[in-house]
Amino acid sequence: MADSIRDLAPIVVVVAFFQFAVLQQPVPNLGGILLGLFSVVIGLTLFIQGLEMGLFPIGETMAVAFARKGSLFWLLAFAFALGFGTTAAEPALIAVAAEAAKVAAEGGVVGASEAAQADYAFYLRGTVALSVGAALMLGVFRILKGWPIQYLIISGYITVVILTFFAPASIIGIAYDSGGVTTSTITVPLVTALGVGLATVIKGRSPMVDGFGLIAFASLTPMIFVMLFGMLWASLS
Amino acid sequence: MDILIDLFWTAAATIRDVIPIAVVLFGFQYLVIRRPLPHLRNIIVGFIYVVAGLTFFLVGLEQALFPLGELMAKQLTDPSFIHGIGIVVEGVRWQDYYWVYLFAASIGFASTIAEPSLIAIAIKANQASGGVIGIWGLRIAVAVGVAIGVALGAYRIITGTPLHYYIIVGYAIVIIQTTRANRAVIPLAYDSGGVTTSTVTVPLVTALGLGLATTIPGRSPLIDGFGLIAFASLFPIITVMGYAQFGEWLRKRRRLKGEADEI
Repeated sequence: MADSIRDLAPIVVVVAFFQFAVLQQPVPNLGGILLGLFSVVIGLTLFIQGLEMGLFPIGETMAVAFARKGSLFWLLAFAFALGFGTTAAEPALIAVAAEAAKVAAEGGVVGASEAAQADYAFYLRGTVALSVGAALMLGVFRILKGWPIQYLIISGYITVVILTFFAPASIIGIAYDSGGVTTSTITVPLVTALGVGLATVIKGRSPMVDGFGLIAFASLTPMIFVMLFGMLWASLS
Repeated sequence: MDILIDLFWTAAATIRDVIPIAVVLFGFQYLVIRRPLPHLRNIIVGFIYVVAGLTFFLVGLEQALFPLGELMAKQLTDPSFIHGIGIVVEGVRWQDYYWVYLFAASIGFASTIAEPSLIAIAIKANQASGGVIGIWGLRIAVAVGVAIGVALGAYRIITGTPLHYYIIVGYAIVIIQTTRANRAVIPLAYDSGGVTTSTVTVPLVTALGLGLATTIPGRSPLIDGFGLIAFASLFPIITVMGYAQFGEWLRKRRRLKGEADEI
């Protein structure tokens, strides 16, 4: 509880400073705001508690169980399903995809009709979900092999830069942002616990050097996949 | 009464988000691993806490911070606030927007400190490093990165310079730092880029981007409004590696000084 209050103090200070000192305006509906802040504090406290009780243990337990089972196929299938399943239904992604369809329609890449835009948004979401599934698969495979992460990530970045020159202008901002929306508050702890758990139980891997990095893959591949999607879509229509 | 209705709908939406995750987890657990989960009851209670916690968290943000933060972003980018009421200015002078940069940096920093998924990563990194990486040290390093990223992103929208110049230079810095960083911190630094952009940061930062892109002549909200998130996920990579490098430099200096004192 005290921790949560400390976590939220900066944002309250910033908002209050700009409201009173810079914009010099009173706070509308102060009671409602205090009630809301109280709810935020309770929520954060419960979430952290649930993290330690539920999300971290299940991620670790499954990592141990898969390592013991020793089946590469099922571990990779699990990684893919986790990435694909959590991303396809992600509300932030649904919002970004709809917005992207609007941009594409303005740019003339997509028909102006609502059905054409919905189609585009649907395929875009599928592309991002696929890319996150692929990212977790690749990331888990890297942990097993103990490859240094930087070669993979940097070649990924270089691919992003190269694709930027070829992708349609209207897709670039969306592609860059789509890397950020894929990692939700529930997925991050789960995936981190899985990676660190795997790196802890596999012989010769260290949790710091090998366990982290899954999130990095999940935020990189959507950029590449979305730009490729934009190029493919432009060349097809 | 409204807050109760909000709680209900947000809870429904959060449960809907958790369902695919639960299906994948329990599906693989019972169909592939085929072993009962230890502490199943604790895990289920933990999931209930996570869903309830996120629900209260989101409803509270909707109620308390987002409307005010979004209104603030709109007011701070309003031409009549920046140039004074009734004054019409030709063109855009980026220096006039100093309050916007300060707001961008401070809201980026503060919302990152409150970000639940970053707290999760920091707890895990602290455990995995055996306490070498401090929870607050990491969180502050990431928050400073987001602050720089969002402020620079605002500057980019105001000046209208192309997004990819910044991103490419940023990546170049990341690559140079990577070649010199301790290899235990690299994956964590890369991860911290991805976690910064979720529940708290995205709505506030997006409101700022859209506010700027709408009020500045010649900018399109649909094209220039995007991209702030990309900045917010690039710069933490740089600051986290920088934080680790700075820590190492301090330790090395202290050691050298210690040796010098002994002589």
